Amino acid sequence: MADKKIIRKSSLGELFKKIRSDGKRILAPVDRGGKILFEYVDSPGSIAPDYIQTTLSAKDTLLPRCEEMLRFRTEQKSVYLEESLNRPEPTLIFGVRPCDARSIAVLNAVYLINYTDDIYRQKIDTTTIVGVSCAKCDEYCFCTSVGGSPGDTAGSDMLLTQMDNDIYLAEILTDKGKAIAALAPELFAEGGDVDKNKHCADVPVRFDVKDLSKRLPGVFEDPVWIAQSLRCIGCGTCSYVCPACTCFDIQDETDGNRGVRLRCWDSCGFAQFTLHTSGHNPREVQSQRWRQRIMHKFSYQPDQLDVIGCVGCGRCSRTCPVDMNILQHITDILEVH
Amino acid sequence: MEEKSLYQPYLMRIAANIDETPDVKTFRLEFVKEDEGKSFSFKAGQFGEYSVFGEGESTFCIASSPTRSGYIECTFRKMGRVTKSLASREVGDIIGFRGPYGNIFPLDDWKGKSLLFVTGGIALPPLRCVIWNALDLRNNFKDITVVYGARTVRDLVYKHELEEWGKRGDVKLITTVDPGGETVEWKGEVGFVPTVLEKASPSSADTVALLCGPPIMIKLTLPILTKLGFSQDKIFTTLENRMKCGIGKCGRCNVGKYFVCKDGPVFTFAQVSQLPPEY
Ligand SMILES: Cc1cc2nc3c(=O)[nH]c(=O)nc-3n(C[C@H](O)[C@H](O)[C@H](O)COP(=O)(O)OP(=O)(O)OC[C@H]3O[C@@H](n4cnc5c(N)ncnc54)[C@H](O)[C@@H]3O)c2cc1C
Ligand code: SF4
Ligand code: SF4
Ligand code: FES
Repeated sequence: MADKKIIRKSSLGELFKKIRSDGKRILAPVDRGGKILFEYVDSPGSIAPDYIQTTLSAKDTLLPRCEEMLRFRTEQKSVYLEESLNRPEPTLIFGVRPCDARSIAVLNAVYLINYTDDIYRQKIDTTTIVGVSCAKCDEYCFCTSVGGSPGDTAGSDMLLTQMDNDIYLAEILTDKGKAIAALAPELFAEGGDVDKNKHCADVPVRFDVKDLSKRLPGVFEDPVWIAQSLRCIGCGTCSYVCPACTCFDIQDETDGNRGVRLRCWDSCGFAQFTLHTSGHNPREVQSQRWRQRIMHKFSYQPDQLDVIGCVGCGRCSRTCPVDMNILQHITDILEVH
Repeated sequence: MEEKSLYQPYLMRIAANIDETPDVKTFRLEFVKEDEGKSFSFKAGQFGEYSVFGEGESTFCIASSPTRSGYIECTFRKMGRVTKSLASREVGDIIGFRGPYGNIFPLDDWKGKSLLFVTGGIALPPLRCVIWNALDLRNNFKDITVVYGARTVRDLVYKHELEEWGKRGDVKLITTVDPGGETVEWKGEVGFVPTVLEKASPSSADTVALLCGPPIMIKLTLPILTKLGFSQDKIFTTLENRMKCGIGKCGRCNVGKYFVCKDGPVFTFAQVSQLPPEY
């Protein structure tokens, strides 16, 4: 059971100071010309005052867009592996929405099951997530259709829910959350035995995700994918903004005789993604690639890793340049008989 | 010793460099760090990521047999960036290798059975690993038959080994080249692999078939194997999809819900027939 306390909004400044002197960097949502982006802050004063959702998720703290996997130096016939500079710094991410916090379960499933990805492991081990429940949503949000909710605690170490202007309910959920509260126990007061739900947005359930997972293998050959993806330009934006997308490419970069091997975000929406050097491509056309995106998230990952690869944040639909709408498409797929 | 990071390759020294055909090479690779070589083991069917530092990684099977320890071999065709750069390396140069990855040919389950290998072109390397593995444990198996074809005599890989297998009394080797690909000295068959296989008509009794080759060869050979009495679960193959990580993380090599890198690359045709056409 989570330990429930209350903390005043006006106390957050003190808490941030304690977190900084504990040696953690703090990432929090900042308003940059209408875009809400995670940036390093020292005080809560810099945090965007009002937003439904951050424009981008905080995924790139755990899985940077481009990160070093190894470092090497070549000298004539010899090669030396050098110590990697990719060392995680203790980080606290403040203001993560519950959908995004939930996506960590997807990253964990991909990166920690079967082979443990030590680069990711180090990052997740040194990162603390302080979520903030959603009081508002928009028409793109569908967290409640994929197992989440605007006050969902999954993935957060501590979850704050704003009760009124100056009071947050603080649910202290994990050891990492406890460690944060222990930095300034005097700021966390009793009185947390309240119903947070009336302070959370009301996100309607739009579809039955179990039914979707069950039906997807049967519609693999259906023309619905072609109809849906005709306008998709394969730009990959949907993958880049998705908190639950995990696919990457591996590339070497050199400068003289030194070099790094990098992993960089990639997208199943790109033709190159599966293109063999021979010219053969198992997913030759965009409809096959769009199908892969949906199948992977709603059929393969639930089946193989026991997670749904989508948390319903709605970002892909909000940002798609040609207005592809994942909710609409899921509804269409469920109507295929 | 610090735990090796998941993507950190072994450093390997090229110990031998063989030109198989004008664009296919075989490298023998030895571990730069002896202790890494001692603790390394793999099984027939597995593959790895081979890298030229500064150019990137490429996926090849381990073409040598697990019965030969202390080194691994790979055979590759010059295709794109990494393979072209690899091909310009010389004996003594250092390259990277990480692996072994993927599932295996279940040789232990095949004890007492006959093995039929049917392969073409540059698809011999993954089967060469199994062939040597079986030959090194010859008493475990009954008949061993190899049907191997290439477009021309020049395109046959492992020419010396083919000669050696041809001389052994305990392997039945049939080599063939496409019509027009023969030379005056050519003593093997002339004709496409499926035709030659049909003519040889090996028995399917208590036999496992291993079939690797270009898609068109596979397509035309499967019906022949079926005619000879092989059921789909007795015919094994390997799938190749573009790979990066080799361990089910980077997300690109899947065929339906299976990752070729993690759940394959070895499949039976009974399994392949259940998969969506994404390979
Ligand atoms: C399990 C498996 C075993 C293989 N075994 C062999 C072998 O023994 N001998 C051999 O010659 N070839 C083999 N291949 C094919 C070989 O991996 C590609 O020909 C090679 O990666 C081309 O790389 P490149 O850098 O020269 O080409 P580029 O086009 O420059 O490569 C770009 C990148 O794409 C990837 N890539 C492109 N095509 C493929 C492909 N078909 N499979 C995997 N990755 C690809 C590589 O990772 C490479 O880094 C195998 C492939 C797989 C999946
Ligand atoms: S953002 Fe839209 S156009 Fe771009 S790849 Fe995704 S669905 Fe296609
Ligand atoms: S698929 Fe779209 S809605 Fe689902 S988590 Fe990714 S970006 Fe959000
Ligand atoms: S090669 Fe990365 S998932 Fe298979």
